Amino acid sequence: MTAAPLLDIRDLTVTFATRRGTVQAVRHVDLTVAKGETVGIVGESGSGKSVTSYAVMRILDRAGRVANGAVTFSGIDLRAVRERQMRDLRGREISMIFQNPRAALNPIRKIGHQIEDVLRQHAQAGSGDARAKAVEALEQVRIARAAERYHAYPFELSGGMCQRVVIALALACRPQLLIADEPTTGLDVTTQKAVMDLVVDLTRERGMSTILITHDLGLAAAYCDRVVVMEKGTVVESAASEAIFRAPAHPYTRKLMRATPRPGIGLRDLLPEGTPAAPVGAAPAGDPLLTVSGLTKAYPTRGVGGLLGRLFGRRDGTEAAPVRAVDGLSFTIRRGESVGLVGESGCGKSTTSTMVMRLLDLSAGTIAFRGEEIGRVPAALFARHPLRPKIQMVFQDPTDSLNPRWTAARAIADPLHRFGLVRGGEAVRARCEELARRVGLPVDLLDRFPHQLSGGQKARVGIARAIASEPDLLILDEPTAALDVSVQAVVLNLLADLKRDLGMSYLFVSHDLNVVRLLCDRVIVMRAGRIVEEGETEAVLRHPASDYTRELIASIPHPPL
Amino acid sequence: MSATGTPALEPARPGRAGSGLTATLAHARHVVSGNPVTAFAFGLLLILLACAVAGPALAPYDPLASDTMAALQPPSAAHPFGTDQLGRDILSRVIVAARLDLAIAVFSVALVFAVGGLAGVAAGFYGGWTDRIVGRIADTIMAFPLFVLAMGVVAALGNTVTNIVLATAIINFPLYARLARAEAAVRRNAGFVLAARLTGNTDARILLTGILPNILPIMMVQMSLTMGYAILNAAGLSFIGLGVRPPTPEWGIMVAEGASFIVSGEWWIALFPGLALMLAVFCFNLIGDGLRDIVDPQRRT
Repeated sequence: MTAAPLLDIRDLTVTFATRRGTVQAVRHVDLTVAKGETVGIVGESGSGKSVTSYAVMRILDRAGRVANGAVTFSGIDLRAVRERQMRDLRGREISMIFQNPRAALNPIRKIGHQIEDVLRQHAQAGSGDARAKAVEALEQVRIARAAERYHAYPFELSGGMCQRVVIALALACRPQLLIADEPTTGLDVTTQKAVMDLVVDLTRERGMSTILITHDLGLAAAYCDRVVVMEKGTVVESAASEAIFRAPAHPYTRKLMRATPRPGIGLRDLLPEGTPAAPVGAAPAGDPLLTVSGLTKAYPTRGVGGLLGRLFGRRDGTEAAPVRAVDGLSFTIRRGESVGLVGESGCGKSTTSTMVMRLLDLSAGTIAFRGEEIGRVPAALFARHPLRPKIQMVFQDPTDSLNPRWTAARAIADPLHRFGLVRGGEAVRARCEELARRVGLPVDLLDRFPHQLSGGQKARVGIARAIASEPDLLILDEPTAALDVSVQAVVLNLLADLKRDLGMSYLFVSHDLNVVRLLCDRVIVMRAGRIVEEGETEAVLRHPASDYTRELIASIPHPPL
Repeated sequence: MSATGTPALEPARPGRAGSGLTATLAHARHVVSGNPVTAFAFGLLLILLACAVAGPALAPYDPLASDTMAALQPPSAAHPFGTDQLGRDILSRVIVAARLDLAIAVFSVALVFAVGGLAGVAAGFYGGWTDRIVGRIADTIMAFPLFVLAMGVVAALGNTVTNIVLATAIINFPLYARLARAEAAVRRNAGFVLAARLTGNTDARILLTGILPNILPIMMVQMSLTMGYAILNAAGLSFIGLGVRPPTPEWGIMVAEGASFIVSGEWWIALFPGLALMLAVFCFNLIGDGLRDIVDPQRRT
């Protein structure tokens, strides 16, 4: 790295004007990106990693302002250039890809036309060759049958495909720097691998520089030359990927690394050093608690255009077969056992958990819970069923799952009132406080509204509500997917403790095999509505029997350890 | 302690812990102080409310007392807004009329909020047949020119204030039903609604405690915006001779009475009640915008 860096950020400070004065979102950040280098910026939410890149692109919110520092891009002072020049630089020299690929594409315009728009905007193509160049751009992101897909609309493509189109858009003008802001969050692990491999290959091929912004230390380490760790608006550590994993210098980096689930460790290893190593001991699994057999959910497919189809076509008797989201699933969960349900999006795992939860009617099959057949009870009536308190659920998004107008105490007290478990205001309050203490929620936070709580605190409220009715079976639907890794570490440990203390069984729905490994005794791998593989977690993960499981395991980004 | 070895999470966030109401009030103060137009609108509203509550006490003359000696006088120190063809003081009549006009607007908006809002929330939440029935009723109402529909309702049911309230509520029904339906449909599958099902809540209970409170702020904005519309509608009906009858002081009637005098040069008879009408509508529309800023959580920083 003798030449001047492509991007040079010196002493950057970004402030946001808020009601309670100005807040420094980024403080004195120094960052350089050499030509051809891939730099990962890693940090938890609120660390200022996105704001830094927005400041480079000059796309900060109105309230945000670069208060201090210099940003130089191949000799150009980006703070000084006019907005017109900046517009020219964005897209042609520096481009960006965002988290949600579908939101980044115009939903009512063909993807080929969208690529042409970018090419023309930056005078990279004329009306004659635009189409050919757009198809070429699609081919480069390895979209099969590019000439056909040129005519596709974004909604016709999967999430991974959309992200590829976004990458094609970002790279169409052959920029020198690509900023990827959480490009694979929300994508499946196999898709994530394909997308990241593509980004790295294309940028290496073209000698481009890349900034990868992510919360996933493993992802950054697997794909970047250098990793920059940010905490609360400052850079705490910056080193080559291997070095940062072999010898993390800063305590925050160490904490982040410890909290990242990885093979070969236990739940307690996620917590900061010095936490007492209480036994996570596996309670011996008892009698079968839940027996599911032949569980099926089929959705009828409509013929051509509903009424019109019925009036005119399709007299030939070929009725379209119903789509089976879940197809003949059978499994058992015993008392005190935790079972992981793993699969990629669309595999039917959420449909399965919603049916077991009795929020959705089944098409066929039986669900026996505590020896009683509950699959026949219509979902609409199950709210009043005597077994309702015994199957509860912790939701994926802690914010979405709390009524914004209820305090934490009211959310936790709701099941107590509805099931008539505790009567009288003081008794209810006492039980709420007991539950709050049990999930580690400070009692003085009970009177707060969800928007006054942090993500981890909201997750605790959700867990307290779920265990308020002393359920036998708790369904956990990706309970930590929306949380930062350090908070995830704490919540996973909390769940393991609660399971041991209260003797509950868990059905843990997740796409993250590393998390499942930590919490579950047994794992069920699902694909296209069917069970691909089932067995003891360690056995399945060490010696997967099916190709699909092997592929899933291989796609997890591994830090170079 | 059961959660052994689990360290506490991040420290509690500093800041407003109190109830939601105090936070909202503080936020309202911030919005109003940062936006002079909203502050102006709230000032105007206070004046309107004062007129409505204490109208007869504020008015310098009896709004019904005619004085033929002083008929058709232009604005002067004794009669700031002038007098009409019967010598009644226009300022007094404009002030006293505020009560009736605002009352019609408030009651009609309250009625349509209760009926349209509930119907819309139910349509959005239950979907299916409820949705279809409510949707078709709204479509049918919207198929008529709304003012003509209001005329028809008052003409058919009779010329009373109650029927004006009813007519105004009916023509606003689609606005409320559609807004409430859209907002409820967004929240129908929210996590907290599923969570409420799991904790044994019935659908009706979820509708009333889960969905309705969460769309109230948006409905409040709608109410403020339709208040102005309701006032205009009531005045419009009176203007064409339906609804309130003379000699009751009412802005629409006063404009109608003054209209025939504009040609002969007595402009003040129609102008001042018209101005009052305009300011009232303007005030409610501005407050609607201000309320939107207050209740929209995305604008809070």
